[in-house]
Amino acid sequence: MSIATTYRTCPRSGLQFEANAEKLMIANAVAAVVFLLIGGVLALGVALTRWPAVHWLQADTFYQVLTAHGIDMLIFWIIFFEVAILYFCSSTLLRCRIATPKIAWLAYWLMLVGAIINNYAVYKGGSSVMMTSYVPMMAEQSFYLGLILFAVGALIACFVFFGTLVVAKRDKTYEGSVPLVTFGAITAAIIAVFTIASGAIILIPTWLLSLGVVDSVDPLIYRMIWWAFGHSSQQINVAAHVSVWYLVAAIVFGAKPMSERVSRGAFLLYILFLQLASAHHLLADPGLSTNWKVVNTSYFMYFAVLASMVHGLTVPGAMEVAQRQKGYTRGLYEWLRRAPWGNPTFSGVFIAIIGFGFLGGISGVMMGTEQLNMIIHNTIYVPGHFHATVVVGTTLTFMALTYYLIPTLFKREVINPGLARLQPYLFGFSMYFFCLVMMGAGTLGVSRRHWDMAFAGMPSAYEWPGAAYLMMGLVGISAVAAIVGGAIYVYVTVGSLLWGKRVEGGAASASREPTPLMAPAVAAQGYGSQGFAAPGTFLLAMVFLVAFILYYFVNWKYLSTVWGLS
Amino acid sequence: MSAILPPAERLWWKHPLDRVEGTWIAIAFVWCMILFFMMVFWHVYGNQNLSTETYSTTPEDFRIKAEAWAEKYTVRIDETTGQPVVAPPDGGDAYLITRLWSFWPTLELEKGKTYRLHLSSLDYNHGLSLQPVNINIQVVPGYEHVVTVTPNQSGTYGLVCNEFCGIGHHMMVGRLYVK
Ligand code: HEM
Ligand SMILES: [Cu+2]
Ligand SMILES: [Cu+2]
Repeated sequence: MSIATTYRTCPRSGLQFEANAEKLMIANAVAAVVFLLIGGVLALGVALTRWPAVHWLQADTFYQVLTAHGIDMLIFWIIFFEVAILYFCSSTLLRCRIATPKIAWLAYWLMLVGAIINNYAVYKGGSSVMMTSYVPMMAEQSFYLGLILFAVGALIACFVFFGTLVVAKRDKTYEGSVPLVTFGAITAAIIAVFTIASGAIILIPTWLLSLGVVDSVDPLIYRMIWWAFGHSSQQINVAAHVSVWYLVAAIVFGAKPMSERVSRGAFLLYILFLQLASAHHLLADPGLSTNWKVVNTSYFMYFAVLASMVHGLTVPGAMEVAQRQKGYTRGLYEWLRRAPWGNPTFSGVFIAIIGFGFLGGISGVMMGTEQLNMIIHNTIYVPGHFHATVVVGTTLTFMALTYYLIPTLFKREVINPGLARLQPYLFGFSMYFFCLVMMGAGTLGVSRRHWDMAFAGMPSAYEWPGAAYLMMGLVGISAVAAIVGGAIYVYVTVGSLLWGKRVEGGAASASREPTPLMAPAVAAQGYGSQGFAAPGTFLLAMVFLVAFILYYFVNWKYLSTVWGLS
Repeated sequence: MSAILPPAERLWWKHPLDRVEGTWIAIAFVWCMILFFMMVFWHVYGNQNLSTETYSTTPEDFRIKAEAWAEKYTVRIDETTGQPVVAPPDGGDAYLITRLWSFWPTLELEKGKTYRLHLSSLDYNHGLSLQPVNINIQVVPGYEHVVTVTPNQSGTYGLVCNEFCGIGHHMMVGRLYVK
């Protein structure tokens, strides 16, 4: 079966885009940015309400806006963008046509219609149940229906991705094994299939419950299966953004993975050990045994944490090795000082790596420890943690990648490169601060998803310490700065698509060349077990480890002072 | 540009590790083992472990049981909350109902004494956030969770609901006294 299509080779990057895949990537990426824009506007409402001195929205509007913010950002923005990445990592990197473009469009429309139905249900009112929608609190049926349609679409998109891998293999468009970045995308897609299946297992009965077909869904089982979906989808994000880190290291520095074996092994650990991590959302729950909690949150040792710690070393390590080969060998950090800090694709990714590790990673492990979870569960520490993972980590990485895709995929020049250069710093650093102060407020106990920390009008009001109010004020201020950073991203991206100067994208042709194996460069082959190729990165990793150990034990110390519980 | 190209060596899995990677993997592995063992260690030597004693119940049963118990140990009516203040004996049971949108009743415990605190919800999920100690426990309807608590400081504590439970969520706040 041969489908009539054309290919173009981008003259800047050498990437080869197939016509159908290209349109699909563009459509998915644009939908993603639209949801990011909506989610960002909603973020303003959320943040200005949680800022105690402003306390902007009414309670019902606040809960409604927070529900929509969570879903639009975490589900719609991220997953639309990930579908674009999956098509890129298969069709573009393997230089083949996309399998079944019609079905890929069906997936796209299902996702889009599902997202719109769900959003409409939330804005109409009556579905302000937060994205977790814990039963027995019920939303309108169309809320669940929208999510289910979206999930079916995303599942189909994963199968189109797998189909494209088959096409590439059959048509022999590459030699040997798939590239590391594609391998990472495969792990993301495999986790996605598991995730979406869990989502279906719990959302379909809940939808039937909302229609009155089923009479009850057990609240504890709901929480367990919902988190098999809700947490595993974060593993998709991690696998996807780590793949993009390797991708950016390759396109910015020409970096080669330090060792294919280690990096691929670490991706495999994600598949093997992350899926059941839903356990760490249930550590403060009744009904589950201690053994179950301890084992399932860690599988006897934190293999998934190990995998991220490995990637956290090997991505900057690969950059360091590449830079040293270019001659930036003075001292420990000449390679880093001479990195292209003015290129938002690089700076965004680097800020994402550091923030994801230091803020998101360390706090995540602390929270995921059975006993320590009690001192942060459902406090605003939790959004502090996951804005460091899914915003600083995933979102900023995707933003950085966009700056690379604007000329190559969208064939436009970036409008206002000065603003683009500034954007990762503004967004990244204000988000760092935002996460830190949320974690600070959470350590003082402030609740998440809470409209009024002053408990106005309640005779038994609890009075938070002044420091908690201060922290929440800083949350508001840094949120506004981050939202400005996000707005610049949307402006530059959308503006470039609309008004950017067209750039030469390469003529369309029917030919298709296989991806060559890299000529084994002598230098690249030179390092191996004998060397110590990335000393600067190693030192950074040790700093990370020390911070991790200190923070982890400080929290045990804090726990040891609270009431006795047994 | 090699992470986006097929590996140059066909037998890439035979390529030796660099010492940077090998060392880091070893260190990270040991640290991850410690992370796991700390949880086990704390179960043996620590004093803050969340009990997992749980019974299935219904909102009706739980309410009846809690009300009967409260009637027995009520010592006064609280002026601020208007709720009965219930002071259970050392080592005895204590009940806390969570519902839309209150904690009931107001407990009065004694420092250094131990209580079996029964938690359940009569409707949605709620969160028991004990402040300023900052102990946070999920309360799920249909499940009666029995947590053994030993207050270590006297004072007036706040109970804040920190699981979203509808439009009155932010009004769900209660009191607890420790003598
Ligand atoms: C400038 C950007 C952003 C700001 C200022 C912001 C602000 C906030 C705040 C203050 C909360 C917590 C509210 C509360 O619990 O009371 C929140 C919740 C949340 N945010 Fe963001 N956010 C931003 C971007 C994002 C992005 C990019 C994502 C996802 C990729 C995201 C995902 C979420 C989720 C999932 C929740 C939890 C909703 C819930 O509790 O159900 N946010 N956001
Ligand atoms: Cu509540
Ligand atoms: Cu609540």
